[in-house]
Amino acid sequence: MHTAALDPLLIARWQFGITTVYHFWMVPLTLGLGPVVAYFQVRWYRSGDERFYRATKFWGKLYLINFIMGVATGIVQEFQFGLAWSQYSRFVGDIFGAPLAMEALLAFFLESTFLGLWIFGWGRLGPKAHTVVLCMAIGGSVLSAYFIIVANSWMQHPVGVKLVDGHPVMYDVWAVLGNNTAVWAFTHTVFGSLMVGGMFLLGISWYQLWQRRKDGIDTVGADGRAVPGENAEIPGRDVRDHALWLHSLRVGAWVAIVAFALVFVTGDQQGKLMFQQQPMKMAAAEAACDTTTDFSVLSYGAWNAESCHTVRDVIEVPGVLSFLANSNFTTPVKGINELIPEYEKKYGTTASDGSKINYVPLMPVTYWGFRVMITLGGIAAFAALVALWLTRKGTVPRSRPLMLLAVVGILAPFAANTAGWVFTEMGRQPFVVAPNPTGVDGVYLFTQAAVSPNVTAGELLFSLISLGCVYLGLMVVEVALLIKYTRGGVASAIPELGKKPDDTDASGGRSPDDVLAFAY
Amino acid sequence: MSDFLPTLWFILIAVLWIGYLFLEGFDLGVGMHMVVSARDERERRLMLNTIGPVWDGNEVWLITAGGALFAAYPFWYASLFSALYIPLVAVLLGLIFRAVAIEYRGKGHTERWTMFWTWAIGLGSFVSAFGVGAALALTSTGLPLDKNGDMTGGPFAWLNGWAVLGGLAVVGFALLHAANFLALKTEGPVRERAGRFAWPWGVVCLLPVAVWAIAVVVRGGSALAWVLLVLAVVAVVWWAIAARAGREGLAFATLGAFLVLGAAAIFASMYPVVLPSTTNHAWDLTVQNASSAPYTLGVMSVVAAFGVPIVLAYQAWTYWVFRKRLSSDHIPANAPFSPAVAPAAPQPFAK
Repeated sequence: MHTAALDPLLIARWQFGITTVYHFWMVPLTLGLGPVVAYFQVRWYRSGDERFYRATKFWGKLYLINFIMGVATGIVQEFQFGLAWSQYSRFVGDIFGAPLAMEALLAFFLESTFLGLWIFGWGRLGPKAHTVVLCMAIGGSVLSAYFIIVANSWMQHPVGVKLVDGHPVMYDVWAVLGNNTAVWAFTHTVFGSLMVGGMFLLGISWYQLWQRRKDGIDTVGADGRAVPGENAEIPGRDVRDHALWLHSLRVGAWVAIVAFALVFVTGDQQGKLMFQQQPMKMAAAEAACDTTTDFSVLSYGAWNAESCHTVRDVIEVPGVLSFLANSNFTTPVKGINELIPEYEKKYGTTASDGSKINYVPLMPVTYWGFRVMITLGGIAAFAALVALWLTRKGTVPRSRPLMLLAVVGILAPFAANTAGWVFTEMGRQPFVVAPNPTGVDGVYLFTQAAVSPNVTAGELLFSLISLGCVYLGLMVVEVALLIKYTRGGVASAIPELGKKPDDTDASGGRSPDDVLAFAY
Repeated sequence: MSDFLPTLWFILIAVLWIGYLFLEGFDLGVGMHMVVSARDERERRLMLNTIGPVWDGNEVWLITAGGALFAAYPFWYASLFSALYIPLVAVLLGLIFRAVAIEYRGKGHTERWTMFWTWAIGLGSFVSAFGVGAALALTSTGLPLDKNGDMTGGPFAWLNGWAVLGGLAVVGFALLHAANFLALKTEGPVRERAGRFAWPWGVVCLLPVAVWAIAVVVRGGSALAWVLLVLAVVAVVWWAIAARAGREGLAFATLGAFLVLGAAAIFASMYPVVLPSTTNHAWDLTVQNASSAPYTLGVMSVVAAFGVPIVLAYQAWTYWVFRKRLSSDHIPANAPFSPAVAPAAPQPFAK
């Protein structure tokens, strides 16, 4: 492998990693919050209950503040295969480009066009049409997730492909679209995103209920039950406001709990597949040097293939690894030391630049990525259960640290999502397209051979630094806006709530029908 | 391999790029006009809201053009994008700023905030229009590619007169196209000034795109390219007449037709080369050597045959829903913002 300080490959990998992880902070919130907003609007459409109207407006506002960042950073994703990874693009284009093009044509158009209709359609479309366009947009988001995961899963597990003159060529699009890796990765990702959406609802609703108590609006009666109140001085802080946040909190908690159960099931299926499809990734996730049946809860050591023997297991659970891989407690799972010779025999020992290939991914990343993902997901689900219990009497405790914990808890499923993706992407190394053990020989590509040959370290540094700085700045802006509009409460999304009867009409005497219900 | 499917996809990719230039053309132009033409905040908001419901859907044409290029012509995609690394990163930065600015501009409540995002929209629109124009010009005139399709000569080897011409062409076209769009979509002073923009600025705006199209067709155009070019000239003359007569709808349509025909002439004169190598024409990327295999192209053809008409239908519906002209009176005042907290709670946590 390259060793120069300014190795284009290394910069290109950092760039892809940073931009993709960043993009996937916006995406799970979009995927997780979107269906919730649609749920509120459908409830409002069907019942006319103003509580749901307010929920649609408030959560919709936060949804859009986040959505646009996903859109903006998503374009980078599609361009950078060609920009920094031209050899990859040439090698896989016959298969990999297709799901990307399908995503744009069948999903992004749907999502963007119908979301534009939704944003500006208040008062312009009938309530039914307006509800339907939102559902179409959300459907577009989910569909786009499917196509992009089909593309990613093909890199994890290439199917539907044959070699023609040393070049992979697609011969079965249904195999690509129906890749079992994709099916489980997609469901896992969607439920993981719903956890993000659920915890987002929970944390922010908790803050709102806490703020109402702090401002003396809601009180607690002798029986411990909440007594919702009203403060006419603060826009939007009426009795309905309390019901809105309590309902949102409950919905959020339940979404997070149910999603976690489904994340667990789909993740287990994904793991079982991965033991067959990428055994080295799973051995590295375990830091399992030797073939074993035991699941490591805590290990330490030097964490690399050469000194694998220094890894010490502090806590191990017998049989669990076998269960994760094979659904029984006895079949041993191959360790790194047994797998390396197998990989070397199948895929060679030296790379195209003459260096020795290291088939073991960065073990601290795979080992801890796997565990951080599971732990944070579990903590979030447990916290959601606790939240349901604590709010059973209609409001939140007045503890400030507890409120802060609920708000900071929003980050847990985000971090779990990130850890999961870092694990699965870095666990695939040194391959960018991992070989399919039961597929066609020769359809795999080393990351080192995928980078654009003509793109210099200087160009890559320019893009890494400029994108990095812009991303950092925009993250600050997005979070600041989310906080601002959260603190504004529901009146920040429904300005009419803040209007006093004697306010002069801002539309300059036109009938309200002529004024846009929403404008940038 | 039969050339039918690669040719079909060459045409489809041309259609996607032209669709992008047509639709996002006025979005980008409106973004620039917010900085150069609008006289006050009311006008800036009016302009922004003419594209408000549609700009994001229009931008997907770019993403689809990129995705289709990857799927149908991976070698074209890989060579073009890796060669134009720096300008395309600039395009991405421009698009990021512009997208975020459109959504966030109205969400702050200070003048500095509004001013910052106005410039982000204006400059972001300019940079992305210029970069896309440069990239399209270079794919029509060629890059110093080696045998593998990689550009030689360093990070700026693409920089030449064609790149600048193409950049100016799309910027100029977008400004004029957007003026037509604003004349069609607004009422009041913005509409009047937009109608007057065509003369004399229209000539200046169209000069680079005209030079580009004529030069490319003269350099090696087929009979088809010449026919398209002549039709483009007819369209632009028609546009000039319509613009002088103040026929806003006709002016918008004829200038749009000019874009479609002019860009089609450029693509037609490239065929069957998709990206020429200025180093050695034996290394040109062509419909034969740069495309995906027939199976992939066939699958994508089915997807496109199903998807494109549906997309066109619902995007057309969007324009129908938002067909009304806007004036400053339609734009609601920016609602004042205050946190929903008690200024100073007299009895925090009253029992």
